[in-house]
Amino acid sequence: MKKVIKKHPLAIRWFHWINFPVLAIMVFSGMLIYWANDVYHIRWGNRIFFKFFPDSFYKALHIPYRLAEGMDLHFVFMWIFAINGFIYVLYLIFSGEWRLIVPNKKSLKESWLVVLHDLHIKKTMPPQKKYNAAQRIAYFLVILMGLGSLLTGLSIYKPVQFHTLCSLLGGYEWARIEHFILTLLFTLFFVVHIVQVIFAGWNNFRSMVTGLDVLPDKEMILQPVVINKEKDFITDEKDFKEITLHDQNNLNEATLSEYPSVTKNDAAGSEPSADENNREEGEDEKK
Amino acid sequence: MNYKQEIFISEKKLRNKTIIAFIIFILLLIAGVFIWKKLRHQQQVAQSPKSIRKVLNYNENLFSNFLSDEHLAKTYPKSAAVKNVRVNGNIGMGSDFDPSTWKLQLVRSPGDTLFLTLDDIKALPKTEIVFDFKCIEGWSQITYWGGVKFSDFAAKYNLNAQTQMKYVGLVTPDKRYYVGLDMPSILHPQTILCYEMNGKPLPMNQGYPLRLMTTVKYGIKDIKRIGTIFFSNERPPDYWYERGYDYYSGL
Repeated sequence: MKKVIKKHPLAIRWFHWINFPVLAIMVFSGMLIYWANDVYHIRWGNRIFFKFFPDSFYKALHIPYRLAEGMDLHFVFMWIFAINGFIYVLYLIFSGEWRLIVPNKKSLKESWLVVLHDLHIKKTMPPQKKYNAAQRIAYFLVILMGLGSLLTGLSIYKPVQFHTLCSLLGGYEWARIEHFILTLLFTLFFVVHIVQVIFAGWNNFRSMVTGLDVLPDKEMILQPVVINKEKDFITDEKDFKEITLHDQNNLNEATLSEYPSVTKNDAAGSEPSADENNREEGEDEKK
Repeated sequence: MNYKQEIFISEKKLRNKTIIAFIIFILLLIAGVFIWKKLRHQQQVAQSPKSIRKVLNYNENLFSNFLSDEHLAKTYPKSAAVKNVRVNGNIGMGSDFDPSTWKLQLVRSPGDTLFLTLDDIKALPKTEIVFDFKCIEGWSQITYWGGVKFSDFAAKYNLNAQTQMKYVGLVTPDKRYYVGLDMPSILHPQTILCYEMNGKPLPMNQGYPLRLMTTVKYGIKDIKRIGTIFFSNERPPDYWYERGYDYYSGL
């Protein structure tokens, strides 16, 4: 027997894997468009540090002289990007999944601890749920960026018909710059995301395909604790906010009784609530 | 404690679930690549795949609903206009052009063509506009133009029947550059037959004696040196459409 968690609902896996190629096409066709007026660069005074983009970059990706093709693709695939994103947000809202992704009060502070942990500076981090604090912030920001891309994009696409929106964003030229910066941020997100997925390992990647997060054998408890689904889903954060990985070693019967759904086994083993990273970290400590 | 309930399944079941999920995943991946390749090699309409053209036409139908005489492009004071106006195209501007013999050919219907001089056009009420001109390449410039509203021009020359049609076609005297515009866009209050730039007659390289200037399209539709104007219910030929660009190109 294997203990698993249904980590990613089917809908979220669809949204994720539809978005991946579509966003790639949007970024690439966007570059085909940008090439026709590639005026952005990073400058300090008279010194230009970086030009978006160097000629060798264009050449390597066969970008030059494809403006018409770029616009054609951009204005077709924008629909899939927008509709997929829109239904995704509706799904987050109505399924309650948003609770697992929208940052909460502790997220900002904890995200720093997560970063230290990921950089191997700190051994442990506070217990996290489906997504850790840094993931919550990153994934939530990327949703906002998607909305930002739609709004800035609409203001460049139809600046006369949506002139109010366009002027709210600082006018046509600014909307184009904002759209470009958002694209750079998407690309940055993509690179960090890929690196993190590689570090997180196979089980994590597999869960985005199968939906199942497989827990290590060691932790198997033969008599599963009966969990009240709804209560568990909504109130667990409040119930367990005091327990940190550090505190676990000092747990005694008295404290355990305050937390009815934690068994002795759970406390004696490694952190029961944490995600993959935490669990591994706990095991490392024991060794 | 967990965000979702922990469940127990046998290793065999887990393995089967994993295999099935990955088979579906890989099949979808192949399907995606297949659709992409199919799209790239699809039959083309004006240098763009057929189904892409379909979506672009759908976009036109949708976004042309927003076009109205109330939706005006932002205008600026004359002082905001640039002095050095960018020249970005010379197709249809052959050097063998003789301005002294130029007349605008207004084809009201086959066999009924009016020949108009620049003075005929200048006799109509003048409209000036300072706006942010937008090139399809992605740059824009605040520029100052003067001319005659196309709607005033249409009223003066009794083009009531013609403006019931769907499109207007405009062609250079040498017929090498040509554009088509939908009727609502050409009748928009910010669309002019333009004969002045920065308060002076149009320079040669800006399309002397007469060009189109509209706020509701990219510059590719602002044909320089108009020779002929005609009306049609079919899309008139369009130079950049034939080279893969969107026919509507509306802003």
